[in-house]
Amino acid sequence: MSLNHLQQLEAEGIYVIREVAWRFKRPVLLFSGGKDSIVMFHLARKAFWPEPIPFPLLHIDTGHNFPETLAYRDRLVKESNSQLIVRSVEDSIAQGKAVEETGIHASRNKLQTVTLLDALEELQVDAALGGGRRDEEKARAKERFFSHRDDFGQWDPKNQRPELWSLYNSHHAEDEHFRVFPISNWTEMDVWQYILREEIPIPSLYFSHERPVIERDGILLADSPYLVKTEDERPVLKEVRCRTIGDMTCTGVTVSPASSLDEIIAEVAATRVTERGGRADDKRSESAMEDRKIAGYF
Amino acid sequence: MTTSAITHNSYLDMDLLRFTTAGSVDDGKSTLIGRLLYDSKSIFDDQVADLEKVSSRTGEGLNLALLTDGLRAEREQGITIDVAYRYFATPKRKFIIADTPGHLQYTRNMVTGASTADLAIILIDAKQGVVEQTRRHTFIANLLGIEHIVVCINKIDLVDYDEAVFNRIVADFDMVKKELNTDVTFIPVSALKGDNVVSRSEKLPWYKGPSLLQLLEGIQVRVPDAGELFTFPIQGRVGQNGNSRYTGRISSGVLRPGTTVRVHPSGEETTVEAIELYQEVKQEALPGESVSLQLSGVQLFNRGHLLADAEAKIRYTRHVLVDTCWFSETPLQKNHSYILAHVTGETSAVVAQVEDKIDFGNLERLKGEQTIGVNDIATLSLQLEEEIPAIAYRENRTLGSIILIDPDTHQTVAAGMIINRK
Repeated sequence: MSLNHLQQLEAEGIYVIREVAWRFKRPVLLFSGGKDSIVMFHLARKAFWPEPIPFPLLHIDTGHNFPETLAYRDRLVKESNSQLIVRSVEDSIAQGKAVEETGIHASRNKLQTVTLLDALEELQVDAALGGGRRDEEKARAKERFFSHRDDFGQWDPKNQRPELWSLYNSHHAEDEHFRVFPISNWTEMDVWQYILREEIPIPSLYFSHERPVIERDGILLADSPYLVKTEDERPVLKEVRCRTIGDMTCTGVTVSPASSLDEIIAEVAATRVTERGGRADDKRSESAMEDRKIAGYF
Repeated sequence: MTTSAITHNSYLDMDLLRFTTAGSVDDGKSTLIGRLLYDSKSIFDDQVADLEKVSSRTGEGLNLALLTDGLRAEREQGITIDVAYRYFATPKRKFIIADTPGHLQYTRNMVTGASTADLAIILIDAKQGVVEQTRRHTFIANLLGIEHIVVCINKIDLVDYDEAVFNRIVADFDMVKKELNTDVTFIPVSALKGDNVVSRSEKLPWYKGPSLLQLLEGIQVRVPDAGELFTFPIQGRVGQNGNSRYTGRISSGVLRPGTTVRVHPSGEETTVEAIELYQEVKQEALPGESVSLQLSGVQLFNRGHLLADAEAKIRYTRHVLVDTCWFSETPLQKNHSYILAHVTGETSAVVAQVEDKIDFGNLERLKGEQTIGVNDIATLSLQLEEEIPAIAYRENRTLGSIILIDPDTHQTVAAGMIINRK
């Protein structure tokens, strides 16, 4: 008689989210509309049920979202009576704090860090809950549940606090904050299985649909007004789905007929490429994620 | 659809095993984990492509250790700096690995990795045999209450797969394990060549046991604290007076509705009217579960209170003895006030005395030490500002563990396990 793996992961996630609510003054839940943040939202809802989630959601809007993501976000906020705060990369650019990238690889992915750090400072956030998972990427594999950020919002991976049992050290100086990752121990498969078990609605982008795409460096990118194309790049219609959802300019889509959660799970089980394999933002260099995380990225 | 139906049903109800790996530097821990992941088909094509790209730079073959060395400095220096967590699954089980560094100065990471593990793999280099680090790691695994140790005698290919070398190391290890109450299994392996990691090797016909993966898939791990009396530290209260729910995670025992429980430290009794999680009302909740409880009467309990079976004898105390691993580069300062974090609460602690310190050369306890420094393991006598429900770590991992935080630097300076109460 013991908990199975999904029950253990859920119990751990809820425990951590509750600790954040009772330890910090101004927590936020970073919400992108992707499957990991949807699972985080669901865990937070369970943690405080029947009361609403006692802290706001914070969406860092690149302005390059899939329209389906925004529709999903707004519906979720409305039906759960949650508080949503949106801060946009567009504003950071307008204020001269961030500079738009140019060329065909232009993306606002990196610029999000500027907007995120500004928002955390403006809102005096002392803990930002994120849906980062250790199995996503090699630098994330070293991440703590309670991850300390200095007064510049930066991560020092070589000087992390040891984290034992479920005893978290949440002490920090004024102007410093924590990023907290309750689903650290979940894999991509766990996330999908949990969505299936809990019958959590997800954006239609995750299921197979027809969409114009261009192929670049072996990655299929969704065509959109935000994507800068070369003359030779001609969008073609394909039956695709998103394995992760990020900014439209750098999220790869995969050719897939999967139109149900069961089919997605079978596909994830059989797949030979990691979920971030299609993320152009990670392809920039071997330590692209480590560099962005040190700078204060999600 | 048959495939997805199988995946669906089997995957939704899988068993989870958490293990840690330890060994001294260059014993091949990262290579062993890389091999386990690679041979069990848990490595994806794009990860192999990355690996080939980086490995080609060093001019050697596919370097499996790079799979777990995530930080740039680690890849450049070829060492593991920090605990890396890895995840893989076979049709039989899911696994979480805490890969911890072997350098002396990184012992704190081994303690960290061991704190959440059910099983520890300790590597021994077949050419080196049992070394001081082996003793240290075995001792730590035992101190942290890990009940299963698997000793992988690695690089067996470099000693020509010789049974005599294996037997000599097993005999030497017996000296280490004489005082341990841990189950120990030995496996000869070559992480580099893959012998006995995932499947049994034909090069070791004299070895009759399972491969490492077969052992990990089959080993029965005791559910921690399931047989104990119910305990539940309250994390926080949700809802208004009269309609409150008490949230938390069951730290031991099994809870059913209708159970009479006592609230500590006040000693009042109340009855559990309902066990809930979200819209689900539960007839039973197990150790480790996060739930919300409705209690009888108008109660105003709070974060920091402890619910326990009415039969459980729980004493509160301001004086505890703690087996401690010191993490900070700054040595322990007597008369310095540290923050002691314990379950959901915190109080101030001063070290009254260093009772004894472990000498890792002979695993004996040295008396009369005045202070301790980084990587030392010692029994400390702590004087606390407020009482805590001091339950021994051996009885309850959640209630029996503590960390010490320096209020000036906010750093975690030590981790400890309560060994008794006075």
